[in-house]
Amino acid sequence: MPKDGAYGHPYIPNTSPAARRRMLAAIGVASAADLYDAVPTGLKLKRPLDLPPPIASEYALRRHVEGILAKNKSCADLLNFRGAGCWQHYVPAVCDEINRRGEFLTAYAGWSYSDHGKLQAIFEYQSLIGELVGLDVVSTPTYDMGAAANSAVAMACRLTGRKRILVPASLDRARLSQMRGFTKPFASVIEVAIDKKTGELDRKDLTAKLAADTAAVYIEVPSFLGIVDAGAPDIVKRAHAKGALAIVGVDPSTLGVLEAPGNYGADLVVGELQPLGMHMNGGGGQAGFIASRDEPRFVDEYPSFLISLTRAPESGAFGFGVGTLDRTSYHKRHAATDYYGTTQWLWGITAAVYLSLMGPAGMRELGEGIIQRAAYAAEHLGRIKGVKAPLFTGACFKEFVVNFDRTGKTVAAINKRLLRQGIIGGKDLSHAFPALGQSALFCVTEIHDRAAIDRLAAALKEVLS
Amino acid sequence: MMRRVEQFQAARWAEPLIMQLGTPGERGIIPPAPDEQIRKAAGKASARVPASLRRKAPPRLPEASQQTVLRHFTRLSQMTMGVDVTPDMMGTCTMKYSPKVNDHIARLPQLADLHPLQDESTIQGLLEILYRMNRIMCEIAGMDEFTFQPASGAQGIYANACIIRAYHASRGELDRRREIITTAFSHPADAATPAVAGFKVITLFPGEQGYPELDALKAALSERTAGIMFTCPEDTGLFNPKLPEFVDLVHKAGGLAAYDQANGNGLLGIIRAGDAGFDLCQFNLHKTFSAPHGSIGLGCAAVGVKKHLAKFLPNPVIAFDGKTYRLDADRPEAIEKIRAFLGNVHTVLKAYAWVMSLGAAGLKAVAETAVLNNNYLLAGIARIRGASIPWPANPHHRLEQVRYSWEQLAKDTGVTSDQILVRMVDFGIQHYMTSHHPMLVPEPFTIEPGESYSLDELDECLEILRRISDEAYTQPDLVKTAPHRAAVPRLDEAAVDDPAKWAFTWRAWERKHAAPAD
Repeated sequence: MPKDGAYGHPYIPNTSPAARRRMLAAIGVASAADLYDAVPTGLKLKRPLDLPPPIASEYALRRHVEGILAKNKSCADLLNFRGAGCWQHYVPAVCDEINRRGEFLTAYAGWSYSDHGKLQAIFEYQSLIGELVGLDVVSTPTYDMGAAANSAVAMACRLTGRKRILVPASLDRARLSQMRGFTKPFASVIEVAIDKKTGELDRKDLTAKLAADTAAVYIEVPSFLGIVDAGAPDIVKRAHAKGALAIVGVDPSTLGVLEAPGNYGADLVVGELQPLGMHMNGGGGQAGFIASRDEPRFVDEYPSFLISLTRAPESGAFGFGVGTLDRTSYHKRHAATDYYGTTQWLWGITAAVYLSLMGPAGMRELGEGIIQRAAYAAEHLGRIKGVKAPLFTGACFKEFVVNFDRTGKTVAAINKRLLRQGIIGGKDLSHAFPALGQSALFCVTEIHDRAAIDRLAAALKEVLS
Repeated sequence: MMRRVEQFQAARWAEPLIMQLGTPGERGIIPPAPDEQIRKAAGKASARVPASLRRKAPPRLPEASQQTVLRHFTRLSQMTMGVDVTPDMMGTCTMKYSPKVNDHIARLPQLADLHPLQDESTIQGLLEILYRMNRIMCEIAGMDEFTFQPASGAQGIYANACIIRAYHASRGELDRRREIITTAFSHPADAATPAVAGFKVITLFPGEQGYPELDALKAALSERTAGIMFTCPEDTGLFNPKLPEFVDLVHKAGGLAAYDQANGNGLLGIIRAGDAGFDLCQFNLHKTFSAPHGSIGLGCAAVGVKKHLAKFLPNPVIAFDGKTYRLDADRPEAIEKIRAFLGNVHTVLKAYAWVMSLGAAGLKAVAETAVLNNNYLLAGIARIRGASIPWPANPHHRLEQVRYSWEQLAKDTGVTSDQILVRMVDFGIQHYMTSHHPMLVPEPFTIEPGESYSLDELDECLEILRRISDEAYTQPDLVKTAPHRAAVPRLDEAAVDDPAKWAFTWRAWERKHAAPAD
């Protein structure tokens, strides 16, 4: 600041001359600048930072930032059919009402007594996810589903003492990149082919690659390409037969209608929380979780905080604490095999709100309605000349692959034309999965009514005519 | 004017778990149903689910009305001490004011309802914010390029370790450069994440002045050195005046120097990582740059690098031709993806708005006020019975935080730092942080006031610590049996570490504690 006490800003109290004088006198220095006596003079910046001029009034600041954001066209303006790991679902008002509450929004590292409510909300999120996936241990939120998958495959390597991880060749390339980066020092990631017709995991290729050195088979239900692989329980069995762990990645919005992976033997389940009440936030809505059976050997390997229910001895009141903190990187430091930090808990709280609102009936209706809409959409798109939809015969939930090879047009060109009509077409797969030709991954959720789907079909028809 | 802290009483709702609320048949929301024609055309949904994967029993989720759910979570929020409610001066956390207006802007559909894979032409505003903030961070840090992909400080440090790994691999030296050096009073992630990235980690311990000496560094350096994860000031608040020599020696050994600036709130506009010679650095936008901490996340680490490392930043980066912004992912030497999509972009937006409100003079005022507030508290705490400030021989002022000790008080009264921490909550203030591991300071407590608290609030914090010290000397059991006025009474804390008793879900609790009384 120019001079002690010469600066006033709504975010910074204690800049009045009187306050300054009192504080400086208490400390025994003449100016705040004197407090930097440990910093070598040569290191100190001799000029003001060259930053844009400040926008002092809140009104003008708002105008400035909102003016930039106005250059966006959001999915509130456009009709969106893109998912691919971040899905547009309806966000109940109560979800936003709770996660904007200042108490939650601005809390941080308080524990059992100062942040009792935060811990209870997170315990409830763990509990409700536990019900969805059919397992007794659920982690506090992770950065995203990819981080959860990374931690899970690393846990499997430590638990089995093995170093190879099998994943479907249909895995999202970004997630594969995350996993290859994370496992580079300790394991190799091997892709198992998918069946060209069904889109399911190629069981022959799985048999060929599943070996005595396989730590884990990681599959996703539904897969990145939208397939609900009927063989998932069988894949779990095959992994177990070779002494490998079975890890299942889920989109929890499916679990009102799809079986809980814990019930078909999955050792570890990971998933993405974003569909449970989070706006897409340009990708900032992501958060993940890890779940397992309640066995100390599993719990010992979690990198995350785990919130446990406990009681007050006298009154019997419920309270909460972090279980076995000494297994985390906060205690292990250089001996850590994984790490944890500030990880999207606000979205964990929101997921608890969402699942509490939805209940079993809401989750079932959501799932059934999405399956019906996606089926309707695929069928209608498939009627357009040259369009193959769905490309695969395997079952779908909310996403399905559409192939445009016989239209003679690229997905890029088609999406460009759709955008002109205010429609965000499917995610272009032609670069990430060249074997699929000109294909796109379309996403349909409960926000799409028949008119929206019919509008997409009509627009595509026009674009391709 | 100061609050009468002894009259505080936390909300104590004795709120049941959400799993215990409601009645079968109740519900909180109705999802939009597909219309008749869709249902007819598609047929029964269950017929479209493979028999092997059809859900046999519905998930045991709550069945509760909307108001029941709203009230429940509102009550839980009232039993949570966010910064909007009460001062939180937890050391290492930089709990400053998160301006409301920034949160309001971030919740607009123009950001909240953006899909991360939208066509670049439709997200020009988002890319512009990211680009502008990148330029701002480069100026603040003296770096050449930033990424905002990592979603926390720990993930940011991990990204730094991955960049160091990629750098040495690109020079064919990774096989022999297997060691990363860090310091004992840095965040545990400075040791943990390089280990996760495959490095052997060497930890430097503090010398007589409270920070590592150059000799310790020299002994650790070798042809095996890949780099250093340096924090300055460390969690002690002591600035190591030998910082330039540390960077220089690491460079001479062929290593890279990364500056963990999670503790950088006192240094905005004062020194810059780039000017000090660092190759990489990292700031936490949810700490120093005011974005809310979100009950432990939504974080963002801004990771900055010098030019020679820019090619290793994770994909995509934002390119600007003077007219249009675009995402560039065609960068073959980029490290693998750290987080999905572009990271917590709403957190970046809030940080951008904060910087734009303050400007250069404002940022410097933030730093100086944070240091002033901290030294004011230090002067007060130095006079509290039983409290001490480690390394009294070090003549320099602390910067933005201090790791104190209750060693004397514990010796005199048997009351520990952990117990005082709990007692603080009885006075309606968020508790302090003790210490990260390793616990080198006996009975540690770490306080970082930041720039946002008024003089009254600083005095209130001192008053509370003074009262608790008095209590420890006069009626120690009162402190040892705390809390008394918090949202819950003292808990069975050992149970959460006992495999027979811990319960990380309600279903586990029901199984282990056979007859749930509630």
